[in-house]
Amino acid sequence: MDFRLSEEQEKFRQEIRDFLEGEIKQGLWEPSCDAWIMGHDPEFTKRVSKKGWIGLTWPKEHGGQGRSYVDRLILTEEMLRYGAPAACHWFADRQIGGAVVHYGTEEQRKELLPMILRGEAYVGLGMSEPDAGSDLASLKTKATEDGDSYIIDGQKTWTSGGSHMNWIYLVARTDPDAPKHKGISEFFFRTDLPGVNVVPIADITGGVHFNEVFFENVRIPKTSLIGEKNRGFYQILNQLDYERSGMERLMANYPLFEALIQYTKETRRNGQPLSRDRLIRSQLAQLKIELEIGRLHMYRVAMVMDEGRAPNWESSMSKVYGTAFEQRLAGAAIEILGLYGQLSPQSKCVPIKGMAYHSYLSSKGYSLQAGTSEILKNILALRKLELPSQ
Amino acid sequence: MQLALSEEQEMLKTMARDFLSDKLPKTVVKEIEESELGYSPEIWKEMAGLGWMGLAFPEKYGGSDMSFLDLAILLEEMGRACLPGPYFSSVVLSGLAILDVGSEEQKAAYLPKIASGEAIFTLALTEASASYDASGIETKASAEGDNYIISGTKLFVPDANVANCMLVVARTDKGITIFIVDAKSAGISHTVLKTIAEDKLCEVVFDKVKVPKANILGGLDKGWPAVEKIIQRGAVAKCCEMVGCIQQALDMTVEYAKDRKQYGRPIGSFQVIQHYCADMATDVDGTRLSAYQAAWMLSEGLPCTKEVAIAKAWAGEACQRVMALAHQIHGAIGVTIDHDLQYYTRRAKAAEVSFGDASFYREVVAKEMGL
Repeated sequence: MDFRLSEEQEKFRQEIRDFLEGEIKQGLWEPSCDAWIMGHDPEFTKRVSKKGWIGLTWPKEHGGQGRSYVDRLILTEEMLRYGAPAACHWFADRQIGGAVVHYGTEEQRKELLPMILRGEAYVGLGMSEPDAGSDLASLKTKATEDGDSYIIDGQKTWTSGGSHMNWIYLVARTDPDAPKHKGISEFFFRTDLPGVNVVPIADITGGVHFNEVFFENVRIPKTSLIGEKNRGFYQILNQLDYERSGMERLMANYPLFEALIQYTKETRRNGQPLSRDRLIRSQLAQLKIELEIGRLHMYRVAMVMDEGRAPNWESSMSKVYGTAFEQRLAGAAIEILGLYGQLSPQSKCVPIKGMAYHSYLSSKGYSLQAGTSEILKNILALRKLELPSQ
Repeated sequence: MQLALSEEQEMLKTMARDFLSDKLPKTVVKEIEESELGYSPEIWKEMAGLGWMGLAFPEKYGGSDMSFLDLAILLEEMGRACLPGPYFSSVVLSGLAILDVGSEEQKAAYLPKIASGEAIFTLALTEASASYDASGIETKASAEGDNYIISGTKLFVPDANVANCMLVVARTDKGITIFIVDAKSAGISHTVLKTIAEDKLCEVVFDKVKVPKANILGGLDKGWPAVEKIIQRGAVAKCCEMVGCIQQALDMTVEYAKDRKQYGRPIGSFQVIQHYCADMATDVDGTRLSAYQAAWMLSEGLPCTKEVAIAKAWAGEACQRVMALAHQIHGAIGVTIDHDLQYYTRRAKAAEVSFGDASFYREVVAKEMGL
């Protein structure tokens, strides 16, 4: 047992901090909440790519750095700490690259991985449908073989990537007659093909990071199939363990926490700084405690992955925990700001850039994305605790 | 960074679990709880024989030279087994404090006796204020020739009914001083309190108790930093016990949910029960991760004020949530006196308030955050 990061890892953390602080000092962007999913900045992504920080964990022979998942966690933790606009490359880096490494053919690796490494694939995840949310396997979007092509028809929703999306990782039905889990395949292709229609959906913050995507007679080459035909659902299960695993499930609104602490130090109420108020001290300390417990959960997930095992219940646990924490943080922030907490980022008199308002609304979705907390608790109960399914 | 135990640690864990489950069925725990001594001298001797008392002491004092982290593993198993008795008082609170700040003579005189189980030590720290602040210490020690005369009343002193020696924290002229006091000294009397954990917390009255100056532990008037270290170590050690306690409560609850049938199916197949269990597991793991992080840091001699505070604040409240759900899932059988669950419920509550509760440590964290 050893809770220490190596000297190299500490240096790496410092290098990332120096880079991000340098960027902020140059005025290239401002820290914000949800920047990992809403902060689309192709130029930032290019600069991150130049640092070699996309594909950190991929094997070297595929252009990656062959580094550990703990290393990548350090990287993402710092990106989130500084609220860096990493949305353009986040999905491709987090799971699509890994999926191509794992399930792709040699040709696909050669074609797709360099593009991801260059930070040019802004990937949307085409999973949910209007009638297939938690019950993903009931999806209806179909991919029909036609010569050297597949023809895609159907509709996806809550597809991440905002208006920048240029590639989609699509889950579609390839065998309508097979049991529902056994007739699904995965595809990866550009979204500027004829017949793809992307319609943005505004979330309750007014922000746009997900879309409806309609497919009408969209022809894609057979080489867009990733992995084995009709095995897509099982591939997805594995990928989802990775999707759920990251620090973005704990620190998406971390800039709010920092700003809130600063605010309580600088704001006086009843003749003293808010930070001297007993109840507020207690609330902030409790949040800090919960944050640190969450970090331990996240680091455990990374260590499990470094052991070469999919974090098949650990990431469910860490996501349920982390997103609930973020929701408490957002709620507590509005409470501490009092009447000011209700002001939107665009309002006169708004403190801390309206982050509390944004985060309070935005965090409602955290426990829904990438598996609702209820589905994740089912996974914990069945996989970790081995409770009976009926 | 890695979380796995070493091979030796796994062996220690297995050995401890096997020994304790063999020697301590709950019928035995109950007998010990109801006994006047509050521990089993037979099991105590066997534990000493296994080298448990001196586990973290250097070999020259009769110990095994293992680390505090190793001790943490043992404490988790003791928590799992609900081991009653003065192990915590003698080894964690007293022995390790003597090792920290004792003179060479004191270490040579006392540690081998603690390690062999021959002597039982305890800590007389808290008083009527029931606080862990120096301001709560009103017991006085005044110099008189080659001795100090101690007068005052200590409360919540664990195992004073069986202790041979006590580390008594008292106010001296210019500060706080720790004295090693023979429990048989004239002027000492004790009353066992009735507690929720059925452990032997005592009121101990010191009425002009004479203690030689040579028995000052860690310097005159300079005792408080050593006391803070004792409290810190006590908090981490308590967290480790709590990990064992709630892990066992979770394991029992999951087993029960698999076996118990209602509406023709195991209740563990209902989502509401599954989600309760998932919540329990998440709390157990958070407690485990933070407790072991603190234990590891303490073991490595790293500064860990914040990590200890986080671990104990978290453990205290997480244990309450876990036990509440354990009871809810067990239903009525779990609130009967003959069911094992109540041993864990009672201990988890006592542990929550021992060595600082969540409010106490939230304030520590607030300070560490610069608030």
